[in-house]
Parts: sequence; structure tokens; C-alpha cells
Amino acid sequence: MAPRDWWAESTQLPGAPGLRALTVSSEEWTHLTQELAARGARLMAMWASRTEYASPTVHAAFLDDLGALLLNLPVSDANAPYSGLEEHFPCASRMQRAMADLSGLRSSDPDARAWLRHNAWPPDFHPLVDPEARMTDHEAGVDVYPFVRVDGEGVHEIPVGPVHAGIIEPGHFRFSIVGEKVLRLEERLGYAHKGIERRFTELNVLDAHRLAARVSGDSAVAFSWAYCQALEGVAGIEIPPRAAWLRALCLELERIANHLGDLGALGNDAGFAFGLAQFSRLKEQLLRACDEAFGERYLMNAIAPGGTHADIGSVEARGLLRAVEAVARQAAVLRTIYDEHEGVRDRFTGAGIVTPALAARLGLSGLAGRASGQNFDLRVDLPCPPYTEVAGAKMGRSAGDVAARVAVRFDELHESARLIDRLLAELPAGPHKKSLPLPPAGVLGIGLIEGWRGPVLVALETGAGGAITRCHPHDPSWQNWPVLEHAIISNIVPDFPLINKSFNLSYSGHDL
Amino acid sequence: MLKTLRQIAAVGIATEPPPAADDSLRLREALQARILAVLGRALCIREVDAGSCNGCELEIHALNNPLYNLEGLGIRFVASPRHADLLLVTGPVSKHMEVALRRTYDATPDPKLVVAVGDCGCTGGIFGESYASRGRVANVIPVAVPGCPPSPTRILQGILAALARSSGQKPPSSAAGDTNETALPPG
Repeated sequence: MAPRDWWAESTQLPGAPGLRALTVSSEEWTHLTQELAARGARLMAMWASRTEYASPTVHAAFLDDLGALLLNLPVSDANAPYSGLEEHFPCASRMQRAMADLSGLRSSDPDARAWLRHNAWPPDFHPLVDPEARMTDHEAGVDVYPFVRVDGEGVHEIPVGPVHAGIIEPGHFRFSIVGEKVLRLEERLGYAHKGIERRFTELNVLDAHRLAARVSGDSAVAFSWAYCQALEGVAGIEIPPRAAWLRALCLELERIANHLGDLGALGNDAGFAFGLAQFSRLKEQLLRACDEAFGERYLMNAIAPGGTHADIGSVEARGLLRAVEAVARQAAVLRTIYDEHEGVRDRFTGAGIVTPALAARLGLSGLAGRASGQNFDLRVDLPCPPYTEVAGAKMGRSAGDVAARVAVRFDELHESARLIDRLLAELPAGPHKKSLPLPPAGVLGIGLIEGWRGPVLVALETGAGGAITRCHPHDPSWQNWPVLEHAIISNIVPDFPLINKSFNLSYSGHDL
Repeated sequence: MLKTLRQIAAVGIATEPPPAADDSLRLREALQARILAVLGRALCIREVDAGSCNGCELEIHALNNPLYNLEGLGIRFVASPRHADLLLVTGPVSKHMEVALRRTYDATPDPKLVVAVGDCGCTGGIFGESYASRGRVANVIPVAVPGCPPSPTRILQGILAALARSSGQKPPSSAAGDTNETALPPG
């Protein structure tokens, strides 16, 4: 079979810039995904769409140095497995298992355990297939999950969760340990699954950005922007420059707020409570500045179709700038304290190492990826306005330990403060919103935004009269959760909270 | 070390002194008095995320920052429901968390209070009820704290209202206005 020139044959997709799509046969699917893997492409997301309007389709979005490519694989027989991608893209495994749970399309890969389905609905019910079905009479029995067992002298298991000891989202961790040393960690997620993808299909396309903002509360701006980018692409409009600048302002504020929270919590997990007190104070200052500028501490409602919900006056802009500068200045002082504190340095350095080679193999993405030599950032690699003009710098490290993930956070915090300074200084005049026509039916658009945790993707398929036939929000935690299982190997159990926090992955954004 | 001490000295005590004629002053004083009257000791809270988007957790975390300084009021987050007087539950309750939530509730010694936090915990919010979601914390909701996510001050008001209910008093006016007082039988 002669290889297809996918770049020449692919078509431009609405939404994020530089995004192309190609519909392939199952042989081409196998061939092309191998070729993409050989070229070092990264798997961004996988999802299935299966509605009464179209034949079942498996979608896989890739990113390489030529841009982003979406492969669409129509599946003629929904009962026959499609060719799985786990061999070349290990992070595909859980996404494929989730697709089997929600859409009933199975891959040929060996791990066929349910992932997002525990016991709340029967295995033959696929919530994304029949939109009318209501699960009312299913009695959830005792949920049993076949964890992989580790045998050997002195090996024992520690089960943790889903209700954790701290104020944390629900999830289960199964440690197999000998003494204090972790031999294996197996995660079990899906506890926060609340039917988000199905809920999207019940909302109006002009209103569903509100749900997108609540996929993962700490990434409200990233998800609502990605959703709106997809929607605006499908509707064929460009947002006014001021709207783009304001969105980036919100996104960078969200990044700083989360980095402040994590830096404090990481100090605390290393036994340095001073860090938590200091950083949580700075975070509170920033949240209050957001509240004064935008009327909300967390920017859950800031992004709206066609632009932004709120505008910002010059007084608010000055106040915000002062607050961000003060926070950045204080963070710089705290950084030297972290760097010079022997106890903190001792806990951070060498804990939870993910080597660049392992990170590349497993597809570690976003902030954690950049701490392990995976130097990708959508704001630079595939920029949408205003990042086309207000360019940021990528912050990378290669040590791949907790210290590297801390360093990337500090670097990014200062880079975001610098970006905010420029965004506010060069904020274009004009409207902050544009009215949006009802988008055409049957069009797929994709939004791609670099959230604080990593690349966020939202795929949106429109229906008639403002309906949504399919919407898949993808959090970078899908890629990064499996890597945490590797990062903890040979570390001691008491270091798990620290290592886990250094990734700070989303449960809700993953469980959907 | 010197830098650490200098930073501590430079920042000073960040905990906010409540302004004289401000509602929040009455709130903080009333809360402390109520805790002592009802429990005669510190209030211990076990937080349970029963399927939220994590937004409410961020604001609950903020309660522990030096500005709100919850521990200074005699309220503490504890690691086990067996140590708790009050469950602070965020939602919507996913079906996958239903059993864990019930078990956490059962493990909490009587008498116990439950406060549902946020729009989703109170009503199911934008997620509603579905094949995967039970919606609001419908098992056990003596008091609800609306908001998406509610501010730390609102969450404090909700806790105060729960304490007021348990001691048979009306909550102070600042919390009464938009607090859902519907008591549902447990389980």
C-alpha cells in the first residue's frame, strides 16, 4: 500500500489554528498511526462518536512538529474491535477503555477492564449511544475491580480511597509495597464520573460553555475557552481582539493561582508549613484581585461565546496589575527560601523521577512533561491570538523530579506575570464580545488551549437548531495519571503525597 | 533560616482583624460562641468530595489560609470521619461515590451534622440527575451553602447555620436569607 500524503489530503478543521483532519480506512489507520509514532507525534486525545445520525467513528488527535492532525476512523461493524493504539501510544489504553464503557466501541488491545464504569450501570448500557435511555431500575451491586496483584515474600497491599484523608477529589490507589518501598501503584479512577459528555448533548450549544467551565473547577478558563474556540470555529466568526486579550489574561491568572496553591501545598508536604501559609496568603490576594476585577474569585463565568462575559476598566486593570506584581515579587523571595532550605531541597530533589525517555514513551504532557524534557506548549507551538502577538517563553527542565516540577511552576509563574503585564499594557480597545449566530448543524470543531496543567482539547459536533450531538472535553490528566504510577516506583510510601501533589492531576476532568 | 525568619517578621500576622461594624465580625464571634455552646470543644470537620468539579474544594482549602484562619476559630479538618462532628459534602453525588458517601456518613459518630456545599451539592447544579449522577446530596442535607463555588465566608456562614439548627436557634440574619433550611431525613 502506497503511503498517503496525509498533509496534502487532510482538510482544515474549524476551531484551533493549524488543525487538520483525515478520514481513514482501518488499514490506513494502522499504518498512519505507526508512521506518526515513528515520527515522534504525541497522542492528544481519543474519543468515539456514535449517534443515530452517523456511522460509529473513532477519533484520535495527534500533535507533531507539522501541526495537529485528527484521524477519523469510521467503524462499519460496531461489534468488531478496531485496531488499538496502546503499543505505540501507551496512554491510549485508558481512553480506549473509557470509549468502550461510554460508546460500546472496543479496541483490540488486551486490557479490556471497564474504566469509567464501576457498577452504576450495566455493561450493555452505553450512555453516549442512546440519548433517550434512562437508567432508573439498575441496582448497583458490590463493585469488584481486578487489580493486578504483586506476589512475593513480605509484599503487602495498601488500599487508599476513594475518600482521602485530606480535602482531595475522590480516587483509589492500590499500593503494593515491601517495607516502605513501593513496588507497584495501580490507580482506579472514575469515582467522580457524573455523565458530563452525555449532559453536553442535553444543553444548547450557546449555553454549554458553562458546563465546560465546570469539567475541572481549577481549569475553568482553559476548558470554557477551548469550548468557545471550537464553537466559534464552527459558527465561522472571529472574536474581537480585546476578547482574545481578556481571555489570555484570565488564562494566565488561572495559571498563577494554581501554581501558587501547588507551591504552598508542596512545601507543606515536605514538612515546611511556612510555605503553605505564605503561598496560600498570596493565592488569596490574587483571588481577591480577580474578584475586584471580574466579580468572581474563580473565573468560572468569565469566558462566553463570542468573547468574554465581563470587561475590565482601567482602574480594575491597574489594581490587577499591582496585585500580580506584588504576588510575583513575594514569590521570588519565597523561591530563594525554598531553594536554600536544606530540608525542602532534600525532599524535592530526586523524588518521583520521570526520565525524559520515559516521559516521551508514555506521552507525559503539559507542566509535568516540561519538567521531564518534553518541551511542548500550545501557546508557543500552535498559538491562537493573542499568543501569536504576545509570545510567551517555554519553561523546561529535564531532571523530571519533584524539584523540576517545582522549578517549572516558579518559572511559569513569573512568565505569566510578565505576560499579564504586557496583555494589560497592550489591551486593545473595542468590544469584548461579538454576537454569535446559531452554528450550522453536523460540523465538527476542535478547541485547543494550554491550561495550567497542560493542553486542553474540546471536540464539539453540532446538531440542528442549537443542539449538541457530541462534545468531548479532554484533560491532560488522561496522559499523566498513568505516568504517576511509574514515578512512584521505588520511592517510599510517605513520599507519595509529595510526588502526587507535584503532578496535581484532575480527577473530575478525567472522570467526566 | 534568616531569610525565613525575616519573611515571617515582614509579613506579620495576616489573619484579618474583623472590622468593628462589619457582619463578618458578628459572624466570627457568633460562630465561636455557638461552637462552644453546642460542643463545648473544637468543631471537627471531615470533607467529602462526592463528585464535584473541585471548585468547591479550592474554596474550602482557602478557609485554612492565614486570612480566614479557620483553626483560630476552633474548627479543624480531620482525616477520618470517626473523628468528625460535621461532614462537609460537595457534589453532585456521582453514583460511583454513593456507597463511599454512605459509609463515610455511617462511620461518623452521632450526633453529627451534614453541610452540603455549592450549587451542585445543594441542587445537583448544572450536572443534575442522570445515569451517573444522583444530583444533590439528597441523602442527608440539614443545611446547604449555595454558590459556584461559594466564597470561604459563605461556607463559614453555612457551618454556622448548621450549628444554629442543631442547638435549636435561628441562624443570624446574614446567613438566614438564602440558606436552604430544608431538613431531610438521613439515608
